[in-house]
Amino acid sequence: MTDPETSPETSNKRTVPVRAMELIVAALFMGIAAIVIHDSLRLGAGWGDFGPQSGFFPFYIGLFMLLASAINFIVNLIPSEQGSKTFVERSKFKQILRLLIPTAIFVALIAWLGLYLAAAIYVAGFMWAVGSYGPLKSLTAGVGVALLLFWLFEKAFLIPLPKGPLEAALGV
Amino acid sequence: MEALSSLIYGFGVLADPVNILYMFVGIVLGVLIGVLPGLGGANGVAILLPLTFTMSPTTAIIMLTSIYWGALFGGAITSILFNIPGEPWSVATTFDGHPMAQRGQADMALTAAFTSSFIGALFAVVVITFLAPIVARFALQFGPAEFFAVQLLTFCSFVGMSGAQPFKVIASMMLGFALAAVGLDIVTGELRMTFGSTELMRGFDFLIAVIGLFGVGEILLTMEEGLAFKGKSASISLRSVLRTWARLPAMWFTMVRSAVIGCWMGITPGGATPASFMSYGLARRFSPNGRRFGQGELEGVVAPETANNAAGTSALLPMLTLGIPGSPTAAVLLGGLLIWGLQPGPMLFLEQKDFVWGLIASMYLSNVAGFLLVLTSVPIFAAILRVPFSVIAPIILVLCAIGAYTVNNAVLDVVMMLMFGVIGYVFKKLHYPLAPLVLALVLGDMAETSFRQAMLLSQGSLGIFWSNWLVGIMVSLALLMLFWPAISYVLESLKLKPRHQEMEAE
Repeated sequence: MTDPETSPETSNKRTVPVRAMELIVAALFMGIAAIVIHDSLRLGAGWGDFGPQSGFFPFYIGLFMLLASAINFIVNLIPSEQGSKTFVERSKFKQILRLLIPTAIFVALIAWLGLYLAAAIYVAGFMWAVGSYGPLKSLTAGVGVALLLFWLFEKAFLIPLPKGPLEAALGV
Repeated sequence: MEALSSLIYGFGVLADPVNILYMFVGIVLGVLIGVLPGLGGANGVAILLPLTFTMSPTTAIIMLTSIYWGALFGGAITSILFNIPGEPWSVATTFDGHPMAQRGQADMALTAAFTSSFIGALFAVVVITFLAPIVARFALQFGPAEFFAVQLLTFCSFVGMSGAQPFKVIASMMLGFALAAVGLDIVTGELRMTFGSTELMRGFDFLIAVIGLFGVGEILLTMEEGLAFKGKSASISLRSVLRTWARLPAMWFTMVRSAVIGCWMGITPGGATPASFMSYGLARRFSPNGRRFGQGELEGVVAPETANNAAGTSALLPMLTLGIPGSPTAAVLLGGLLIWGLQPGPMLFLEQKDFVWGLIASMYLSNVAGFLLVLTSVPIFAAILRVPFSVIAPIILVLCAIGAYTVNNAVLDVVMMLMFGVIGYVFKKLHYPLAPLVLALVLGDMAETSFRQAMLLSQGSLGIFWSNWLVGIMVSLALLMLFWPAISYVLESLKLKPRHQEMEAE
C-alpha cells in the first residue's frame, strides 16, 4: 500500500485533510474490488459441475465491496466540517515516521542479520536516537533484550528464529 | 443436571498442576498485555500462540484464555490511573474512573472496576456452563444452510449493531472475505487471486493480520498521541476494598443489566467495546445520579466494567459451540483450535470433553485468580507504565515481529505485518472497524464452504435459506440486522420530520 500522507504540503501544521484520505481509501477499496471481480470472472462466477464455481463467492464479495466503497467515496465528495480537518498534524506525522522508519529498517535487517542482532540494533538505536538515552545505556538494553529473547526462544521454548552471520560465526 | 457433573469432571482435568501453572502464567502475562499500549487481547494471544504448538490443546487453551481474562482485567488499571485505555473496551471506564482517581479515590475506582469485572465475567461463565451444552446439542442437527445462516447473522450483526458507519463496516468485512479467498480453492483446486505468485498461494494468514492491524497499528496511534505517561499512583488497602464493597450492593440492578447486555453483545458479535458503551449509556440514563456521570461516579465505573468482561467472556460461547467467534480474540483462539488439530463446533462437546470442560472449569478459577492478582498487585503493573515509551515501543514491536515470523517461519510475513500495521492505523483514524475484517478473514473459507454445500443441496435455489423455520428465522433476522441502519434512519427521520432535520455526524 502506498503512503499518501507523504505528499508535501505548504502549510506547516497540516498534512492532508481527512476527506482526501477518505477518498483515497475508498478509491483503493474500489480498486481491490475491481481486481477481485476481474479474477472471479476469469475463474467463472456461475454454476459449474461441482456447484457454484470458484469465482462465485468472491464475485459477490467483490461486488458488495465495490458498492459499499463507491458509497463511501460519494459521501465524501460532499465537503463537511469533519472532512476538512487534517488527517494527521505534521508534527505528529513526524513522530510516527520516527517509529515507522526504524521499524521498517529492523524488518529489512532480519533477513540479513538474523532476528537477534537486528533486534539489538533496533532497540539500542531507537533508545539512543528517539529516546535520547546515553549510548552505553542504549547498547546494554539492546544487547540485553536480544540475549533474553535468544534464551527464551532458542533454549526455553525451542523455537528457532532467523539467525545471521553473527550466530554462524559464534557457532550457536 | 448434566452440566454440573460435566463441570465437576472439568475441575478434575484442571487439577493437573501443569494446567494450573500455565493458568497463572497466562493471567500475569494477560494483565501485563492489558496494561501495555499496543498489546491487546487479540494480538497478545496471537503473538503467544506459537509458544503453545507443542503443548497439549487443553493446557494451551487454558493459558491463552487466561491471557484474555488477564487483559480484560488489566485494561481498567490504565484507564483509571492514567486516563489511557489499555484496551478499546476500557474507554468508557475512563469517563468516571479517571476523575475519581484525580479526586484521590483511585483505590475505590479500581476496587469497583475489578469487582464488577469479576461479577460480569462470572455471570458470563455461568451462562456458558449451562447454555453451551444446550446450544451444542441443538447445533448437532445443523446442516450447511443452518451454518451459513448463523454466519450470515454474525456478519450482519456487525452492520446493525457495531455503531460504525454501515458502509465502512461492509467494505472492511468484504476486504476480509476477499483476503480469505486468496490462494487455493479447496473445493475445485483452482488458484484464486494469486496472479502467478507462489507466495500468495498460501493465502493471507489472519494471525499476521491481527498482529499488524491491532498491534503495530495501535503502537503507531500511541506514538502519534506522543504519550508521556503521567498518572496517579495507587495501592489498594483492605479497608478501601471493604469500604467499596459496602457500596456495591446498592448498584445490583446496574450490574445485572450490564451483565445481561454484555452477554448478549458477546454472543451475538457486538463485542465488548460497544457493550461497555451501551451499558454506560443506559446506566447514565436510568441512574438517579445520572447527571453526575462523567465527574467521577462509582456507578459509571461499575456499568462498563461489568459489561465488557461479560461480553469478552461470553464471546467464547459461539466460538466453542458453533465455531463462530464473537470477538477478534475469540477468533484468534479459534485459529489456535484449528492449529492444535481440533475442529471447532458442536462435535467438540462430544469428542473433546477434556478440552471443553477443562476450559470451562478454568474460567471459574482463572477469574478468581485474576481478580485476586489485580487487587493485590496494582502498584507493580502501574510501575511498568512508567517505563518510557521509547523503551517499550521497540520491544513490543520486536515481539510482534517474532509472533508474525513464527506463524509460518517466513520473514515475508513480518513485512506483511508491517503493511497491515499501516493499514490498521489508517483504518482506525478513518473509523473503519477492524473486527469484521479479522472475523471475515478467519471465517471466510468456512462461510464459503457452507454456502456452496447449501447451494449444492438445493441445486442453486436460494429457497433453501427459508426451507425450515429455524433457517428462515435466522436468515430473516440477519437481513433485519443488515438493513437495521437504514430502518432506524427512516424511523428517526419520520420522528424528526415535524422539527428540523438533524443529521448525525459521526
